[in-house]
Amino acid sequence: MYLYIIKRVLLVIPTLIGAAALVFLLMRLIPGDVCVIRLGSSGGTFDPKAVALCHQELGMNRPIWVQFFDFMWGIVRFDFGTSMWSGKPVTTEIWARLPVSLEIALLGSVLATVIAIPLGTLSALRQNSWLDVFVRVFAIGGIATPSFWLGIISLLIVLDLTSFFLGAAWMPPIDYVPFFEDPIRNLSMVLLPAITIGYRYSAITMRMTRSTMLEVMREDYIRTARAKGLIHKLIINRHALKNAMLPVVTLIGIEFAFLIGGLVVTEQVFNLNGVGRLFVQAVQNQDYTLTQALVMMTVVVFVFCNLVVDLLYAWLDPRIRYS
Amino acid sequence: MRKALLAACLGLTAWLLPQAAEAQTPKRGGHLTYMIAADGGPSLDGHRETTYAVLHATAPFYSVLIRVNPENPSSTTDFTCDLCTEMPKPSADELTWVFKIRQGVKFHDGEPLSAKDVLASWQKIVSPPAGVASARHASFGMVESVTSPDDETIVFKLKFKTMSFLPSLADPWNFIYSKKRLEQDMHWYEKNILGSGPFKLDTFTIGQSVKGVRNPDYYWPGQPYLDGFTAIFAPKQSVRVEAIRADRAAMEFRSMPPAAVEQLNKELGDKVVTQSSDWNCGNVLTPNHKVKPFDDVRVRKALFLAIDQWKGAQALSKIAVVKTVGSIVFPGSPLAATKEELEQLAGYWPDIEKSRAEARRLLKEAGQENLTFDLLNRNVDQPYLIVGTWILDEWSKIGVKATQKVVPTGPWLDAMRSGNFTVALEANCQNIVNPIADVNRWMPYNVNQENFAGFLDPTMIEIYSKLVPETDMTKARVLMRQLEKRINDEAHQLMVTFWYRQVPMRSYVKGWKISPSHYLNQDLANIWLDK
Repeated sequence: MYLYIIKRVLLVIPTLIGAAALVFLLMRLIPGDVCVIRLGSSGGTFDPKAVALCHQELGMNRPIWVQFFDFMWGIVRFDFGTSMWSGKPVTTEIWARLPVSLEIALLGSVLATVIAIPLGTLSALRQNSWLDVFVRVFAIGGIATPSFWLGIISLLIVLDLTSFFLGAAWMPPIDYVPFFEDPIRNLSMVLLPAITIGYRYSAITMRMTRSTMLEVMREDYIRTARAKGLIHKLIINRHALKNAMLPVVTLIGIEFAFLIGGLVVTEQVFNLNGVGRLFVQAVQNQDYTLTQALVMMTVVVFVFCNLVVDLLYAWLDPRIRYS
Repeated sequence: MRKALLAACLGLTAWLLPQAAEAQTPKRGGHLTYMIAADGGPSLDGHRETTYAVLHATAPFYSVLIRVNPENPSSTTDFTCDLCTEMPKPSADELTWVFKIRQGVKFHDGEPLSAKDVLASWQKIVSPPAGVASARHASFGMVESVTSPDDETIVFKLKFKTMSFLPSLADPWNFIYSKKRLEQDMHWYEKNILGSGPFKLDTFTIGQSVKGVRNPDYYWPGQPYLDGFTAIFAPKQSVRVEAIRADRAAMEFRSMPPAAVEQLNKELGDKVVTQSSDWNCGNVLTPNHKVKPFDDVRVRKALFLAIDQWKGAQALSKIAVVKTVGSIVFPGSPLAATKEELEQLAGYWPDIEKSRAEARRLLKEAGQENLTFDLLNRNVDQPYLIVGTWILDEWSKIGVKATQKVVPTGPWLDAMRSGNFTVALEANCQNIVNPIADVNRWMPYNVNQENFAGFLDPTMIEIYSKLVPETDMTKARVLMRQLEKRINDEAHQLMVTFWYRQVPMRSYVKGWKISPSHYLNQDLANIWLDK
């Protein structure tokens, strides 16, 4: 088992190097740079000397291979440098946004899992019943509805309903407060986006749970369990559900990783100062250092989530452990 | 009966007058929440930055030497003191300006502010040391030296007299910093806020919000009226509209497009008021003179003649942040062209059919009847894409087939700077109305390297060199018309409608007055809440 974990961790190294090289080169293929945007985007007159000074300050006038070496050496030392746009350390910029994204991703994942697994299982166990039809419609609706659209619509509904019933429109706060500072304000801000993303997330998970449960329920060992007289509840919980969860766990892992940094539009719709919004901002401003760090962070999150999924696999399926 | 009626009217008037006066008396207290239509700016140093995202977040913390009169910000010539005691008269040769600095002003850390701090700040702006960026030092080419003979006086010595000096001085970005902090580290203000303005910094949350609290030691009596403010970065327009609707924020100071203003008016009725003004911003049509066939003045002029600015501006104003037709000078300035003067220029003729007939004739003469090309545009909806789409339609009326090449800001700027375009739709947006300085952006590239049209024109330089030191308004106006005519005759570039600023806000926000620039009047000192 330990050897298995070590192998998985070692595989992370070439993945990170590949991702680092790719993002470094791709960012520099985009015409324009952070200095020109910083000085010229407001439409006023600007001095070319200021652009040259900015290039010098940011080290952009150095040969590209020197910049690449610096970047790679920084990664080795866990030093991602400073944001070319704000001048603040990249880690400060990311840490300031991470709690927001993490909270919504966690809340969304919990909501999705709590809804999806019981409903998906019930739907499979009562195939073709009215409950199954309802779950399938609910799931297809979730998959077909983009979460940003749902976000905009849910906000408008909240505004219109509160305006109609309370006489004054209400919407969630637009500036984030940490949970431990003001739990009510925090939840009133993050709940709607969490539901918005959780719906789509639960729909996918629900469908996966349903189809894998249907498959597992037709397996020989389930029939054997029934034949030897095991009670239904035990068959479902111990034999069916545990085996059906393998692909579901993969899905949950990938979706969770996507939510950290992938909630670009949802964060904008709810004015959440999260990593997704920072990502867009970094790319728009052609802030190489920040974009590179964010891509690396996303890669690490994906790799970590995959690792956790692999470990869960090993726990769920003894064959993996013993091989 | 008539007497009774008269008495009743008088009585009613007597009762209403104090009520009206009371309504206009600023109330102290309250907290203003407003939004900044951006994702947060780069550094916090106003001397080096150019985006309003920085100014709207930091201006309430700083004092300036002089400013546009906050009670009359729509004026383009009304400048008043902030840190100085009275607006000075220049010396007889108009080359020396002596400002007396207020005494008793304190920075927010309790340190006294003197002329030495003002001097250190201005030296950083006008002649920054090596390695220190100043975004506006090019605006102070007229300044020979800035000195401070004592703790109360600051002296600007000019190389030549010019009308552009005072507006440049009143540029809202010229924050006064602490000399002590600058001596410690010239980059200190990039990451810190410490001024002597109406508000003291409470908290700054990266990418999210800035909070300020009233500065009890502020030197303008009674101001600021607010206890504090919160500025929230909200880049998405729908969020800003919804936030005003739900009263999560009272306003944003930049501008909103007509549809958003209409929506808020419809939903909030008298709970929202909108201030509007012509905007010292606009779009500029820039043909690349280095690329054929745009090296031919006939082709360039034909493109300008095809556009019906008068009708177009009116129609576009219903859907975009544009409204007023103008040329190289902001329409509200005394140096701007009148409508009659504009109508003499190509691209502004009142008879559009005649104008388009001439455009077709010019294209035929130049052998470009089937002209096709790309219009480089920025992927910003308001108003770039709307104006760009309209221009393409106007060109189609003379047989020109153009398509929009829409790219993000970085590649858009890069294409223009590298000359990799045929015709571009640019922006022209200035911090303060300063016509003499503003027209520098139209100058040939050997004067202004950031003029992407890529032409040389010694005649323009000759006129401009006479215009810059001219301090007589009448003569300056004549020279400005000559410059405008020259740009238009050579069809170097064309101003395509000025933008129009509309700021809807909750009606309880009082005291703030709109100006022609979204950079002006942002220290919030005169804002109060009627709640």
